[in-house]
Amino acid sequence: MFAAATIALLVALSLAVVRALKGPTVFDRVLAGNTIGTLAILLLATVGFLTGRPEWLDVGITYGLLNLIGTLAILKFFRHGDLAYDVEEDTP
Amino acid sequence: MRQISLFIALFLFWLALSGYYKAFLLAAGVGSAIFAVYFAHRMTADDEEGHPTQLFLGTLTYYPWLVWEIVKSCWAVTKLIVDPRLPISPTLTRVTATQKTTVGLATYANSITLTPGTITAAVDGNVLTVHALVRDGAIDLEGGGMDQRVTQFEEVR
Amino acid sequence: MTLIVDVASFVLILAGSFFIVAGGLGLMRMPDVFTRMHAASVIETLGAGLLFIGFMLQAGFTLISAKLLFLLALIFFTGPVVTHALAQAALQAGIRPYLAEDRSDRPDGPPKGSSGPRRPGEEG
Repeated sequence: MFAAATIALLVALSLAVVRALKGPTVFDRVLAGNTIGTLAILLLATVGFLTGRPEWLDVGITYGLLNLIGTLAILKFFRHGDLAYDVEEDTP
Repeated sequence: MRQISLFIALFLFWLALSGYYKAFLLAAGVGSAIFAVYFAHRMTADDEEGHPTQLFLGTLTYYPWLVWEIVKSCWAVTKLIVDPRLPISPTLTRVTATQKTTVGLATYANSITLTPGTITAAVDGNVLTVHALVRDGAIDLEGGGMDQRVTQFEEVR
Repeated sequence: MTLIVDVASFVLILAGSFFIVAGGLGLMRMPDVFTRMHAASVIETLGAGLLFIGFMLQAGFTLISAKLLFLLALIFFTGPVVTHALAQAALQAGIRPYLAEDRSDRPDGPPKGSSGPRRPGEEG
């Protein structure tokens, strides 16, 4: 049963990778990247159960936090061209 | 009061993640939780916005309702995706939020986004720009059912 | 009793897998970036939710279930944040969504521009 879930996750993952390669805009790629991150968390949990090692969930939690920060950082970079940009510098 | 609740929540989080219950590790957990609460206090992240204990009673009725909404709209979106004709009618609309606090407004905007089929694309004051996958979803939001629900949730004490 | 729990968790895991594949399919089929976000949020909400509830039934009342619950809460709370940031950034970058109808300028809707009280600490 876990094997079926793993196959489903791999199918969705490959579709997301195709979307990340095809684009066409940068936001499509960021969205696909974030979806790949979410699917990777699910895959970590599923494979952890499949092989009887649920300790992989800890890796999944870390990956979830990194996924959020990474996506927001990429979006900020593409919006302002600068990761150190501060909104309050612009508001009088 | 809020600090004590934050401390308990953080310590439970530590216990769940560590899974070892020896004296030294428990003491380390208490120390880390105290430091985290102290830093949160210095960052003023422990106010009614960062750690909204006042909303606890409201979540007991609001979250189950939200989960049911998510299940319903997820099913609707899935039916659209697997339909060979792809009968989508994307709609952009603007709705007014009636919440009084920032926590309430954030809850409303996030609930809209969390429900598949509708996305909050921009927030300006208390006007939300919403992108809906089908026209009916946008009309439902303009009716304000979810808005009233969140306002109720925010006012429960 | 264990049989009932097993069957229930298998059904939940299979349903979750179905929604995950459907979300991936939507990611391919939808015409533009905004509509693709709707498909991606199917994976983040019902796909992940059903899969993890199925795992929780398998794990029983243990620490593993607690961790699964944390992971699920993490996905549920960070998912809309990322989706909103993405939609806002795409609108700001001037990407015109593919629309069947634009109701954002309808006469009985809220007025354009900043209306109502602006709350402190809010990004304009």
